[in-house]
Amino acid sequence: MKAICTILKKELKSYFSSPIAYIVLVVFLVLSGIFFFLYLQSFVGSQFDPRFQFFKERLNLNEFVIRPYLGTMSVVLLIMIPLITMRLLAEERKNSTAELLFTSPLRVLHIVLGKFLASLTLFLVMLILSTVYVIVLMAYGNPDLGPIFSGYLGLFLLGASFLAVGLFASSLTENQIVAAVVSFGILLVFWVIGASSDADSSIMGYLSIIDHFDNFTKGVIELKDVVYYISFIFLGIFLTHLILDSERWR
Amino acid sequence: MISVQNLTKRYGDLVAIDNVSFQVQRGEVLGFLGPNGAGKTTTMRIITAYMPPTEGTVHVAGFDVVENPIEAKRQIGYLPENPPLYNDMTVDGYLDFVADIKQVPGKNKKNRIGLAMEKCGITDVRKRLIGNLSKGYRQRIGIAQAIVHDPAIIVLDEPTLGLDPKQIIEIRELIKNLSGERTVILSTHVLPEVTMTCTRVAIINEGRIVLEESLDKLSEKVETAQNLFLKIGYKESGVKEKILSFEAVSNVSETSSGEFIIQSREGKDIREDLAKMVVGNGWGLLELRPLTQTLEEIFLRVISTEGG
Repeated sequence: MKAICTILKKELKSYFSSPIAYIVLVVFLVLSGIFFFLYLQSFVGSQFDPRFQFFKERLNLNEFVIRPYLGTMSVVLLIMIPLITMRLLAEERKNSTAELLFTSPLRVLHIVLGKFLASLTLFLVMLILSTVYVIVLMAYGNPDLGPIFSGYLGLFLLGASFLAVGLFASSLTENQIVAAVVSFGILLVFWVIGASSDADSSIMGYLSIIDHFDNFTKGVIELKDVVYYISFIFLGIFLTHLILDSERWR
Repeated sequence: MISVQNLTKRYGDLVAIDNVSFQVQRGEVLGFLGPNGAGKTTTMRIITAYMPPTEGTVHVAGFDVVENPIEAKRQIGYLPENPPLYNDMTVDGYLDFVADIKQVPGKNKKNRIGLAMEKCGITDVRKRLIGNLSKGYRQRIGIAQAIVHDPAIIVLDEPTLGLDPKQIIEIRELIKNLSGERTVILSTHVLPEVTMTCTRVAIINEGRIVLEESLDKLSEKVETAQNLFLKIGYKESGVKEKILSFEAVSNVSETSSGEFIIQSREGKDIREDLAKMVVGNGWGLLELRPLTQTLEEIFLRVISTEGG
């Protein structure tokens, strides 16, 4: 446990003592702010649109602002998370600090977990800061809090799965660009895999990383979705561990 | 302290080290000598449990590095070929992190870090970013990193590589100071380094140990070899025969015109007699000097005969 904390602390320090964390946070907040503003603007616009006058009661903040906003955020994360995770292990290898880590009396699993938790912490900070738009919304409107909460939970699980994939990609190479491209590629494959089949019940549909997110934005927390993301995270961490362990055995 | 038995490492078809065995006792400084690509780094990486051997065993302070890597790693301080530094950390922060991952107990930590910095002479840069420091300082931080948890065994992979002559001398001094209680293995392809810092030498070539001896014995060997080099100005016939007529001379070979290498029997010094003879005959003595076999020659001989 102490070992995990040591690695976590070191990774967080290196995120926040370099520009990486701040740039990621700023870009993420600016992007999410722009999208939030656009969705809100079109929502307000449609209030005065005569085409909507007969079903005004169906216009609500959750359906027209929060849900598309969360959907867009998931795309932004797809692009940004590989950039957060790419350095985690690739950089250690490049600087030959991997030799320090793997000749110190630490278990490989602890190193992997420490690194994963560090990126998760940065991601959590991103999410928490982005709730500022929701808070603004609550000051002027009355959105339903349930779907917001479940949506953010979904976003958290989705992002954590992305991080696990990114960590895995970073363990494969000493080149950060390669790590980013590989993790982006894997994520995109899991993203579009569901599109090839229309039935929700098909295996492809189940494997799709984004289909499970849909329920969360609707305000539905289903066990199968939570299990999917948790197992995705575990698989990512397990494979990373496997790569690091086996690489030196070859 | 360290016992390496029948160590073999293959990368696919490439045999990096082949059936290497040696022992290092407590307090010894073993110089691991060999040309580039001989398998020094591979051997060190196996000893430090960075990677496992294909065959054979390594015991470090009684712990098998494959069976019990965590305990074995605790005993070792390791400086890889490129010092493993984080450029975005300060020296203080870095050593603090290293002390943490090497599980130095909290109450000793400050002490140990201070001591390591003092020994390596980096106390005055403790607040600076590692990325901004010169190669010499980086190397010292690398050594400080290896000794911060007070290990019984220190493994240094080419510790003086890429340093300027003054820094090299300082690092050698540092290594000498570190030895004593501790066991040190250091690899190098610079020969004088071994004579200056080590008590024992192992020469490795193409993955095999070709010579392993304590430095005292080796220098005895060097001194007892009695070859003389003679150069004369006037070439006459029969010089070789006349020199051979000395009882103490076992062999004379003429390398080029007027130059002879004279081998004498063990323990006999014939320089005085030889000089008298050359002058007496009016051959025109130009040069007469003993040919001592330096470590360099031994090194070149063992790696060329075994390797070829």
